[in-house]
Amino acid sequence: MSPTTKNPRNQYLRTDRMPHIWCPGCGLGTTINCFITAVEECGLPLDLISVVSGIGCTGRIAGYLKLDSFHTTHGRPIPFATGLKLANPKLKVVVFSGDGDLCAIGGNHFIHAARRNMDLTIICVNNFTYGMTGGQVTPTTPMEAVSSTTPYGNIEEPFNLPFLADCSGAVYVARWTTFHVRQAAKAMREAIQKNGFSFVEIISPCPTLYGRRNKLGDGLKMMQAFKDNSVVCNDADTRSVALDFRGKIACGKFVDREKTSFLDMYNTKMAERFGPFYEPYEGVK
Amino acid sequence: MAEAKKPKSPKGTVAINVELCKGCGFCIAFCPSGVLEFSDKFNSKGYHPPHAANPEKCVGCGLCGMYCPDFAIFGTRNKEVA
Amino acid sequence: MKADPKGVLTGAHFLDGDHACCEGALAAGCRFAAGYPITPSTEVVERIAARFPSVGGIFIQMEDELASSIALQGAVWGGAKAMTVTSGPGFSLMMEHIGYAAMVETPCVFVDVQRSGPSTGLPTLPAQADMMQARWGSHGDYEVIALCPNSPQECFDLTIKAFNLAEVYRVPVMMMMDECVGHMTEKVVIPKASEIHVEPRRYTTAKPEDYLPFKAEKNSAPPMVRAGDGYRFHVTGLTHDERGYPVTNAEVQDRCVRRLVDKIRANARQIIMLEESDTSDADIVVVSYGITSRVAVKAIQQAREDGYKVGHLRLVTAWPFPEKRLRTLASHVKAFIMPELNLGQMYFEMQRCVEGRAATYLLPHAGGSVHDPELIYQKIAYAARHMRVKEGKEKEAAK
Repeated sequence: MSPTTKNPRNQYLRTDRMPHIWCPGCGLGTTINCFITAVEECGLPLDLISVVSGIGCTGRIAGYLKLDSFHTTHGRPIPFATGLKLANPKLKVVVFSGDGDLCAIGGNHFIHAARRNMDLTIICVNNFTYGMTGGQVTPTTPMEAVSSTTPYGNIEEPFNLPFLADCSGAVYVARWTTFHVRQAAKAMREAIQKNGFSFVEIISPCPTLYGRRNKLGDGLKMMQAFKDNSVVCNDADTRSVALDFRGKIACGKFVDREKTSFLDMYNTKMAERFGPFYEPYEGVK
Repeated sequence: MAEAKKPKSPKGTVAINVELCKGCGFCIAFCPSGVLEFSDKFNSKGYHPPHAANPEKCVGCGLCGMYCPDFAIFGTRNKEVA
Repeated sequence: MKADPKGVLTGAHFLDGDHACCEGALAAGCRFAAGYPITPSTEVVERIAARFPSVGGIFIQMEDELASSIALQGAVWGGAKAMTVTSGPGFSLMMEHIGYAAMVETPCVFVDVQRSGPSTGLPTLPAQADMMQARWGSHGDYEVIALCPNSPQECFDLTIKAFNLAEVYRVPVMMMMDECVGHMTEKVVIPKASEIHVEPRRYTTAKPEDYLPFKAEKNSAPPMVRAGDGYRFHVTGLTHDERGYPVTNAEVQDRCVRRLVDKIRANARQIIMLEESDTSDADIVVVSYGITSRVAVKAIQQAREDGYKVGHLRLVTAWPFPEKRLRTLASHVKAFIMPELNLGQMYFEMQRCVEGRAATYLLPHAGGSVHDPELIYQKIAYAARHMRVKEGKEKEAAK
């Protein structure tokens, strides 16, 4: 019984790019672990999983996963993923990006992909700030929180992302923190297995640029706070799960419903219109 | 590269790649069995990696590996010895 | 490779340029399109929306042009031939993704049915004022290919050509149409599928463990892979090495960007398409492109009938610019005239190539209509007069 010396996660990682660029105490690596577990558990062939990221710290995730991976432009991973999915619907397309990328610059794409129920899994790592550019305010920064562009405290009401996803039409909505590794992995697996627009928000520590400015301590302290402040409330009304500065963090699976996905709807409609001559669209030949 | 502790008959084993560690302490804080502690040693980047201070307590749950944001540690369940 | 007969509407049709462009895309094998409505390009996507489902393709109307211009690239990396269609304001929104396509070498086609600008401008009227934007609109150094059809027939033919060029060089190829060409209805002859050359996508034959996604032969584009084929590759808009991994240093930046530029510059001769008439004995050459070339022809014919030694050089390819041909012509031509539906864009490119060896005249037009051929005629006459005056002075000086 010799000790295993190779991390079993290595087969999913571009180990030739390690160590990664993220700070000590950053939660992004933890979300990757959760994702790897989710991928392992759902048993999909790895060759059929594509990861699409935008720009920012979370945007770098695509570059560390040894899957077909696309590091696209700022805010646009969802429309890129839309094209990828439609060209080859056999692919499981996962968008892995940050709160600024998906909900500020990419907010329009987020709501529209949810509205048309595009079969994509969106994992939004929410650290309440733009890390890559030095800690500016994002649409999820809580009121009062200090950022480099809100030095006197944020005065804008933040997005409640599960509610945004829910009311835009997502078929699966969950939120966990990087402390809840097992639950987060399970939520990612369920999201991947769902047919339609599925959304998982992961609250993650950014000790360097958000924690430090807001006196929340280092990564570990922030993780402890996630542990202490989380309240599991599955099936909660998404209107009630907004986040406050240093407040309680509602976690759980909030939405899980069935709705015809974009492509299924498309094929149904075209078959109706063209009759028996219509060959269902299953990707470009 | 990886340094592993091999206790007498623990249920699990933890392996640490000290060079990848950035010393965040997640694994130490969230190990449910209290296996890990910060080491006195430095890695080449100047961080204190964890070490298995109480290897006999490891149950091989793998949570350290789930938490580690730097892919520097992982736990495995030992095979049952007849 | 020959065209897939499924997408080819063989026969003689009465089509406008927008519709012909859609048919060209289908013939070229395009099976994915993303778009957003914008005058005067909307008819292209309307026809696409009607036609694609019956030929195994798919169209999606995205939420904006930013989305369209990246969705098509997602589709390309998923294995499709893809395009998007827009006009001025939408084209402006697409600029970042033209840069992305250049950087990650996505073979794709952007159709810009030009209207007058800036900003909302004259949505229903023509212009040729996006020519520099097509070339330089995205930040950083890169090269693209841009084609300028001047008839519905060419909207069909050149769209096929655009797709083929995109595959060979892995660059975004722009179809620089304009409102006139887009909305003009003429006879369009669509040949048999077996007579249409379609450039297949060049996929790698290397094994996944040996494959380097961005390793290319000198002055060329690397072979591609698509998602799902087991290569587990990475694509990034960051400066990247041959593995496709981001690298942050000047050396890799130089290697990465130089190849993007060189693969077009070194192959300019193969890419460039020109139409010339009477240039060999010409003293004056009218250089034109797009709809303006059709207006110019009328003026040139009249001028030749009236004894002026005028030739015509029509840029079918606007980018890369035919530098060599202009330099050669400048060795015997005494004056160049460029009418264009803007206040001076391609003119300056022409002037650069002529290098002061001949007179150059811009015939600007802010857009909203086309040039009156009479104005072009007058410019020819004016250039001829100046030429004679100059020659007279030179003779005088020689005495």
